[in-house]
Amino acid sequence: MLSRTADHLYWMSRYIERAENLARLVDAHYRMSLLPHAPAILARSLRSTLAALQLEAAFGERHDKAEPRAVFEFLTLDSKHAGSILNCLRAARENARAVRGTLTSELWETLNSTWLEARVIGLHGAGEADIGRFVEWVKERSHLTRGVTIGTMLRDEAFHFSRIGTFLERADGGARILAAHREDLEPGAEAGGTTDPFEWSVLLRALSAFEVYRRRYREGITPLKVAELLILCADMPRSLLRCCRELHQNLRAVANEQSAETERRAGEIQATLHFTRMEDLIERGVTRFLEQFLAKMRDIGERIASDFLLPPTEA
Amino acid sequence: MSDSPYDEMHGRDDGTRECYRPYVDWLSRQSAGRLEQKRAEADAMFHRVGITFAVYGQEEGSERLIPFDVVPRVLPNAEWRRLERGLAQRVRALNAFIHDIYHDQRILAAGVIPAEQVLCNAQYRPEMQGLDVPGGIYAHVAGIDIVRDSQGEFRVLEDNLRVPSGVSYMLENRKMMMRLFPELFAANRVAPVDHYPEVLLDELRGVAPAGVVDPTVVLLTAGAHNSAYFEHAFLAQQMGIELVEGQDLFVRDEVVFMRTTRGPRRVDVIYRRIDDDFLDPLVFRPDSMLGVPGLLTAYRAARVTIANAIGTGVADDKSIYPYVPAMIRFFLAEEPIIENVPTWILRQPEDRDYALAHLKDLVIKEVHGAGGYGMLIGPAATRAEIEEFRLRIRANPERYIAQPTLALSTCPTFVAAGLAPRHIDLRPFVLSGRGVTIVPGGLTRVALREGSLVVNSSQGGGTKDTWVLET
Repeated sequence: MLSRTADHLYWMSRYIERAENLARLVDAHYRMSLLPHAPAILARSLRSTLAALQLEAAFGERHDKAEPRAVFEFLTLDSKHAGSILNCLRAARENARAVRGTLTSELWETLNSTWLEARVIGLHGAGEADIGRFVEWVKERSHLTRGVTIGTMLRDEAFHFSRIGTFLERADGGARILAAHREDLEPGAEAGGTTDPFEWSVLLRALSAFEVYRRRYREGITPLKVAELLILCADMPRSLLRCCRELHQNLRAVANEQSAETERRAGEIQATLHFTRMEDLIERGVTRFLEQFLAKMRDIGERIASDFLLPPTEA
Repeated sequence: MSDSPYDEMHGRDDGTRECYRPYVDWLSRQSAGRLEQKRAEADAMFHRVGITFAVYGQEEGSERLIPFDVVPRVLPNAEWRRLERGLAQRVRALNAFIHDIYHDQRILAAGVIPAEQVLCNAQYRPEMQGLDVPGGIYAHVAGIDIVRDSQGEFRVLEDNLRVPSGVSYMLENRKMMMRLFPELFAANRVAPVDHYPEVLLDELRGVAPAGVVDPTVVLLTAGAHNSAYFEHAFLAQQMGIELVEGQDLFVRDEVVFMRTTRGPRRVDVIYRRIDDDFLDPLVFRPDSMLGVPGLLTAYRAARVTIANAIGTGVADDKSIYPYVPAMIRFFLAEEPIIENVPTWILRQPEDRDYALAHLKDLVIKEVHGAGGYGMLIGPAATRAEIEEFRLRIRANPERYIAQPTLALSTCPTFVAAGLAPRHIDLRPFVLSGRGVTIVPGGLTRVALREGSLVVNSSQGGGTKDTWVLET
């Protein structure tokens, strides 16, 4: 497969997944904004979310205060913010268009009509009440895209590069969501009583993990248990371990002469997670772990680019 | 010319033409509402599938649909058979001509075509001199624009031998018609067209460099922002070949490779959809970001085939067009089966005098113009426009040719007011490799504005499905 084609497929999937991650984040905060509790908690959470996404500066250029409404607008339909959901959907479609011949027509049409529809929504703007509906729709389109990918694509390199993009982005996004709530994950936080239980149940719901949590843990919702579920639970489709496992498998499927080290590192990350207990994470510090994890994902991303996507100009 | 145009559907006195009878019979049972609904359905579908073209000079959202008309253009079998023979003959002669001017130049020596007309032409590529290409084929894909005059005669309006486009619309229009009106295909024996990509791939593989057993063919595009990108992606997908951009290819030791996720892979045949000027920045335009440095070295070493070949533009130039019938006689010793449109060559004094005296009746074309730009349509022009062209012709007569304003044939077309006649042309695609193959029909373009003769999609033209009846 052409390196450029692999690059487009990888980014196509990353952008769709990023749109979904953003939709989930906005969804969580939007739900929180409907709860009758201190606006200060919501404001704090929004600020730390922007920080975890490394979007503080970009947001600051466009808005003075992290008002919920402004943050929602910034993350969803702001056409001037390159990282908004709207622009992620556009980027996914542009990448798909560049390789439309490699995609099944169903997949191309799904991405194309997602963008066409998003553009119309973007032109009209979403009212306050429509934020929830919009992010719901984004999740549905992402589910649909993934379903069409799995249901129609040949299991060849194109499929694997697309999946690599999905899982790398999902791992990255998942770690950032947790990092946004790092205060609650430090030793003594629960005892200290700064934790807002609603915040964590809303977060679980936004990550489609609420029912799973209930089934798995009979006790109440605590930040460290949520973290355990979202980091170490191999059966949980959005957990970091699960993402790393899928990432490693797909990397193995596309291995080339120079990719052995990348594959080894991806394997090491997933093996380490596999044998880690929550107690170990707490001992090392969850925040520190998340920082290291994000650095490792960045490293894997760079290695994928140089191994497969941007080979040296003179081969 | 005051002749009334030929109507493709209705004869002058005796009503509906034979080839349209089953269609007209079906049409009489349809409500206008149903046609409108089908048209809207087609639009929605084309949008969703992304069958769009980019419009130059417009920013964001500059992808547009080419309007699709739901009324087909129908050609009777006998008319098509004759056209087919005429097209094959013409393209054989054109290929022979290009081979000749890049080798012995017999036709120039014989004085059939003025030598400076060819050798001083900007499209003449000295780099091609003496180079042998596989099978002696230069124009692997030719789009020959055909019009029907008021007498019902087909004539060639223009040859397109560089990177002719439009074939994807031919294929998508058929798919759309079969989807919208399956019952019509039960009532009419319409010759299929969907094997085009297969035939094309076969022809391309057939012209691989000598000795290559299982050639790798790629389609070279300028990228997603090119106006014909949809077609490039579509054809590459249908042929199952890689769609590459210049940056995906590189040349090492006179061999062309593409960069893949598993390392370099050799390329044997490049079906290119970018112009000569952009192919190799080392030889042609140095500022080209679309091409492949060193490609011409590989080409000249016969390690790669480029289709269409470099330098075909010299044969489809409007200044060469008037001589194509003479080429057919010279190279094939045959009489042309399809005539040209009568053409005055304004570099010749007597033709120029005539044209200058009759500007208001003629169409004046710039010989290097394309896409319907840079022409004067006498009967529709203002006095000032005519005078401006008079000055331009006097200053540079060799840049212009003149043709009568043709009453292009019309075909009923579904417009806002209902069915109304609109002018049409036809672009069949002639494939040359080991043989010459023409998929029945081609792309029918229609000028949607009332009375307009300009069918180009960049200027408000639409398209129709083209039916060649099998019996």
